[in-house]
Amino acid sequence: MNLRGKRLSKTSASNRKEETIKLLKELGLSMYEKMESGVFPDVVFPSRSVRNLIYDEELKQYILGANRVTRSSQNIKGIRPFTQIVWLAFFVDKLLRQGKTSTLRDVFYSSQAYNVLFKDQPESDDIIVDLEAVFSRPRESFSIYPEERSAIFGDLTIEYTVPGYEGKKTNLTSHPDGYLIGPSLSTAELVETSAEMIIAVEKGGLFTRFVEEKVHEKYKAIIIDTAGQPPRSTRFMLKRLNREMNLPVYILTDGDVYGEHIAMVIVSGSANAAHLHELTVPTAKWLGIYGSDIVKYKLPSIPLTEHDYKRLHELKRDPRYHKGRWRKELDVFLKIKRKCELEAFAKYGLTAIVDKYLPEKLEKAKSL
Amino acid sequence: MAKPQVTFAEISPSEFFYRNRDLAGFSNPSRALYSATRELVENSLDACELGGVLPDIFVRIMSNEPHRELADPKTYILKIQDNGPGIDPKFIPHAFGRVFFGSKFKLKQARGMFGMGGTMSILYGQITTHRPVTVVSTTGDGNAYKFEMMLNIRKNEPIIMHKEKLPAEGITGTSVEISLQGDYFRASSKILDYFRQTAVVTPYANIVFTDALGRQFFFERVTKSMPTPPRMTLPHPHGIDVEALRRLLIDKKETTLLQFMNNNFHRVGENTARKFLEYARLNRDTDTKSLKTHQIVTLVDALHRYKEFLKPDGSCLSPIGKEILEAGIKKEIQPEFIAVSIRPPSAYSGFPFIVEVGIAYGGKFLPSGPSLFRFANRIPLLYDEGSDISYKIVRYDVDWKYYGIGPNAPIGILTHVCSTKVPYKTVGKEYLADRPELEHELKNAIRDALRQLKIYLSRKGSIAMVERKMNIYGKYLPLIAQFVTDLSGLKKKPNYHLLLKKKADDSGEKNEDKKKKMNVKVSTKRDKKTIEELSELEGQTAIEDFG
Repeated sequence: MNLRGKRLSKTSASNRKEETIKLLKELGLSMYEKMESGVFPDVVFPSRSVRNLIYDEELKQYILGANRVTRSSQNIKGIRPFTQIVWLAFFVDKLLRQGKTSTLRDVFYSSQAYNVLFKDQPESDDIIVDLEAVFSRPRESFSIYPEERSAIFGDLTIEYTVPGYEGKKTNLTSHPDGYLIGPSLSTAELVETSAEMIIAVEKGGLFTRFVEEKVHEKYKAIIIDTAGQPPRSTRFMLKRLNREMNLPVYILTDGDVYGEHIAMVIVSGSANAAHLHELTVPTAKWLGIYGSDIVKYKLPSIPLTEHDYKRLHELKRDPRYHKGRWRKELDVFLKIKRKCELEAFAKYGLTAIVDKYLPEKLEKAKSL
Repeated sequence: MAKPQVTFAEISPSEFFYRNRDLAGFSNPSRALYSATRELVENSLDACELGGVLPDIFVRIMSNEPHRELADPKTYILKIQDNGPGIDPKFIPHAFGRVFFGSKFKLKQARGMFGMGGTMSILYGQITTHRPVTVVSTTGDGNAYKFEMMLNIRKNEPIIMHKEKLPAEGITGTSVEISLQGDYFRASSKILDYFRQTAVVTPYANIVFTDALGRQFFFERVTKSMPTPPRMTLPHPHGIDVEALRRLLIDKKETTLLQFMNNNFHRVGENTARKFLEYARLNRDTDTKSLKTHQIVTLVDALHRYKEFLKPDGSCLSPIGKEILEAGIKKEIQPEFIAVSIRPPSAYSGFPFIVEVGIAYGGKFLPSGPSLFRFANRIPLLYDEGSDISYKIVRYDVDWKYYGIGPNAPIGILTHVCSTKVPYKTVGKEYLADRPELEHELKNAIRDALRQLKIYLSRKGSIAMVERKMNIYGKYLPLIAQFVTDLSGLKKKPNYHLLLKKKADDSGEKNEDKKKKMNVKVSTKRDKKTIEELSELEGQTAIEDFG
């Protein structure tokens, strides 16, 4: 905390970029030397197969086990994926150096300019995940971004690092619709904030309501719309706000198993990204809507569908759901056989969720 | 009440064919033009081969001058000239002016069976255009004879309209010119197929064909070796019928059955004759002239039933032979690979036959999928393929997968059956009946030739696999080198040729191993699949390189 009572970022975005570039160069050099001395270069990284998926009690997230995959240029089966990985490393290295970004789809098409053909986009997507696994870094750190859909709003000053905007600062309250959490925001330096918490909500509608009701002022909060299951760039932003600005993260979702799992992914990551450890906020708190809230607040609800039951039983097998609040609320859903949406609070007036529910929940969260 | 009158009248062979010309392949102007051409060309080829002369055949089809602009069908002039031994002038009128007169009634393999094809062509020409046939022939004695004749259809006799003796200067062999109603527009593709396929089995002939559109096709001689001419042979006891036996008995001078058996049958000597007569419970000293008709029937029955007769041998047959067949296939089909399989002589119902099969694979001309080329006594069979026994075998009985041949592989299957009596199903002589003995021989020959192809393909496949593998390394290693150079921030590419050479050496070694031990594969099945997939992707790249 600085003198003005504002929090400042502790690590810098550009440092991270330099680090990635350095790692890429090291990879290139080691392969270069191998080829020069008549050795077939290869690349080794953790296997992402289900059998290699382990739940780490300490990290409270899925991680990859000891199994390794080797992509070698020596055998006929490996040479193509190997070339693809090397090409991708070469391609993102250029992106990073030129300060450009691209999407998964861009990567697929760009490859064709280099005579490295991907059969289809899933194949190139797969190689991108391989590269993530090689460096244990999310694709965002290689300047590859998904379609943006989630947004952020609140008193946070950022400083852009993207070309053309370098050094330019913006406060994220300047636009009431919020800011897309895209490449330029993801690579921006977090300069300062007066906020004391982050509230992540699952839905755009509620996000807008929160802005309208000035939740950011009333609760000194930065509001983030995760737009359903948050994309990695959003989880990465949550992580940075939590780590670099020391802000606690609270999560509000629909009152169903999918909502509960959105919260879980923010807290402890997804199995798909078990090779990445930078995306979780272990201290984030799920505020609700719990199954028990449906009963407590007499919220309008609808019966669980077959899909809900299926997902519910899947989640029950996940070790992360074996204890505490997570387990309890799954059991409640199973017991009451009903679910509800955040909008259900409208039964008590449009501002009820902000005026009544949120303060109660935040109060409780302190004791969680 | 008047009785219905039934009148009986004898009809001559000419008249019979006049009335039933469909049977002999003269059903319509298009088919008739094809059949006439074919019959006359075959007569010429037979004449040359019998005379041991390398054939030079000139064929011309012209539309008759005043009809040139008319639409088909119309009158055409068909002329065929050969360099054969020629025909003695005293036989010319009967050879060309009478049905069932010919040199082909003895048992010997020849293209024509009854010597009627040529005359049929003349007959057809006469009934459609009412013009005479012109025959010019020289036997090489310095004189040539020219005949203009028509046929007296009812009497089966030639009518000589003009006869002329010419100096033989510049004239060789025999030339025949007829006018006939034809449809070249429709017949041309079959006629051309006929010449092309004939050229495959007679690579020792020069054939020049000038068609009605003035186009000239030259099928050039590529070899001077001709098949050994067949020897005349006696009938085999299994192949004789009552009428033939009756005639033999009348013609021959022998007095006892034993002598008769001993002298008149193929591969029957005194010993066999004696054993047979014992089997048939016939007195060996019976006077042949005294045999009654019912006794002749009994004798024929016994001849057919007796199993101890030696099988007919192939001496009366003239197979094309491996060397000539290969030369013909190479010349006309120009495939990438040729396999020929020739079966030993076999026989059905006392008629000897030999099956020869040629397989052609790849090259520029074969279309994708199997093409069947059928021949019988060196005649291409172009019609009714679907009813032929070879078709049945190729289509249903051969397990193509076993030979590693896909449904779209460019493959030609040439089958040749030569026999003293080819088992045609119809008088049209277009497809062979499914005799079990014939089917057996054809199957074996086709399979044997395919086995040779299979070996070739698998060898070619593993060489191609290594090549494709090297292509893949050759594509990816330079790319890798380029990318890592860039990643490293260096200028000069690493020496990836070291790695390429390593791979090339590996593959080479494995290939050597393979030659030593056939069971060592160059690549695993999985690798093969990968190589194929990658090579396919290469193809894709090529398409996209349109810039």
